[in-house]
Amino acid sequence: MDPAIIQTRRLNLYYGNFHALNDIDLDVGEREITALIGPSGCGKSTLVRVFNRMNDLIDSARVTGDVRVHGENIYAPNVDLISLRSRVGMVFQRPNPFPLSVRDNITFGLEIHRRGSRKDFDALVEDGLRSVLLWDDLKDRLQGSALSLSLEQQQRLCIARVLVMRPDIILMDEPCSALDPIATLRIEELMRELKKNYTIVIVTHNMQQAARVSDFTAFLYLGTLVEFGGTKQIFTAPAQQKTEEYITGRFG
Amino acid sequence: MHQTRPSVTLRKIREWCIERVIFLCGITSIVIVVLIFLFLLKEGLAVFRHVGLLQFLLGKSWYPISDPPQFGVLPLVIGSVLVTLGAAAISVPLGVASALYIAEIAPRRIKEILKAGIELLAAIPSVVIGFIGMVTLGPVIKSVFHLSTGLTALTGSITLAFMAMPTIVSIAEDAITAVPRQYREAAAAMGATQWQTTWRIVAYAARPGMLAAVMLGLGRVIGETMAVMMVTGNAALIPHSILQPVRTLTATIAAEMGETVQGGDHYAALFAIGIVLFVITFAINGIADLYLHRTTRG
Ligand SMILES: Nc1ncnc2c1ncn2[C@@H]1O[C@H](COP(=O)(O)OP(=O)(O)OP(=O)(O)O)[C@@H](O)[C@H]1O
Ligand SMILES: [Mg+2]
Repeated sequence: MDPAIIQTRRLNLYYGNFHALNDIDLDVGEREITALIGPSGCGKSTLVRVFNRMNDLIDSARVTGDVRVHGENIYAPNVDLISLRSRVGMVFQRPNPFPLSVRDNITFGLEIHRRGSRKDFDALVEDGLRSVLLWDDLKDRLQGSALSLSLEQQQRLCIARVLVMRPDIILMDEPCSALDPIATLRIEELMRELKKNYTIVIVTHNMQQAARVSDFTAFLYLGTLVEFGGTKQIFTAPAQQKTEEYITGRFG
Repeated sequence: MHQTRPSVTLRKIREWCIERVIFLCGITSIVIVVLIFLFLLKEGLAVFRHVGLLQFLLGKSWYPISDPPQFGVLPLVIGSVLVTLGAAAISVPLGVASALYIAEIAPRRIKEILKAGIELLAAIPSVVIGFIGMVTLGPVIKSVFHLSTGLTALTGSITLAFMAMPTIVSIAEDAITAVPRQYREAAAAMGATQWQTTWRIVAYAARPGMLAAVMLGLGRVIGETMAVMMVTGNAALIPHSILQPVRTLTATIAAEMGETVQGGDHYAALFAIGIVLFVITFAINGIADLYLHRTTRG
């Protein structure tokens, strides 16, 4: 594995007194898909939200330990959150396009991060939509409301609006759980395509999905990283008994 | 099976009754509005025995008790419009900004205090606000602008803005708070600042509710009578600036209704003013409705 693009050491996270993440050491490789799996409530969402500091929005959340993105400690006091979040994009469980037009959903990120000038926006919007395979469907509906799209299209749009900010890393928290199986497969296809240029961390409940798309898999249980390794190895020869029990469906 | 039969019919009867009752309630309010409008028409249209429609709407002088009387409502319409626009220019930006502050920025404690304050402001009767406006605001306006009287359209606008604000702030604040969390999360995750999130996403998403807030607030302004009567100076002349006394449609009705003879021309003219008010309010609501439907359908 290449040098890690995200690296955590002795990462702990508390919600008030509740110890949600316990001494997590994790290395996420560049241009790879890393899946986080584990039973409900084990801390998967909490962990991905560490990587773009979304947990900052929760008053009770407190983080200790070391989290590095490109070697830079993102919890250092002088970190520029805005630029961090433009480098580490996030896609949510329920598609959440803004209640704006398709085009404005994409230009929002361009404007707040001053990517390109207004005269380039048309081209950038087209690029963004093309990279999630929406351009042909939506090129005549750019001014239409994003909320009138199908859920799959909405989720693709959410991915596109992250891509146009030119991030290195895309965090996806159960991105397919609101979609039907066909749409799910198509989004997975897209993820494999995106992997050529981006690092992806995906949280999933769906073990087949983890097995299908990811290169590495981390299994979390009760806030602890039980096992981390190549996806093939985790699913065929897990080293920990807990992992085996989980992937064979004995609990979770 | 035998056990459940009667209870099923009972339930059906109950459903039927409830439906009827709700239907009756709905239809009653509509019927009442229609009756009020018909009454207005019946009493008001009589004035057109003596004045033409254009003469009434565009006539520049309102001398109802001179001989012959002149019933030109233009000065009153202009008075109402001027005071209302002035109040809107003050209360809409201030109200929306306060709502955004309370909903999005204020820490919890300050938020509670401010919300309680707004409720309190809304509870002050309009006469009291009018009275306070007359004795405190009037003299200030008079001395600041070196006028002969402090009772002007501007004084009315400021006083009315105070009355519209609580409605605008509390309804707009509800609308802003109701914007789903997921939009804020998405914007924050994209690196938007608090201000960018609030202004470009949250305020935008809350637009229909904020428009409703503004409409309700201004509705109160247009219909307001007591306070404007006390602070606008009540001169039924076409004003040339916002620093001159004016008289509004509502104040005219309230001030003159006592002196009229029922069924007389003056009496009919006041009802005709009522029709004008009704039409203005109806038109404003209609326009707001159109706008709302256009934007919410997306
Ligand atoms: N804001 C919060 N305040 C307090 N506790 C929280 C908060 N958010 C999450 N938790 C707790 O932290 C633990 C981990 O939550 P998290 O959402 O990360 O789990 P998850 O693995 O993503 O679960 P799921 O698969 O259901 O999404 C849970 O026990 C949850 O109850
Ligand atoms: Mg989760």
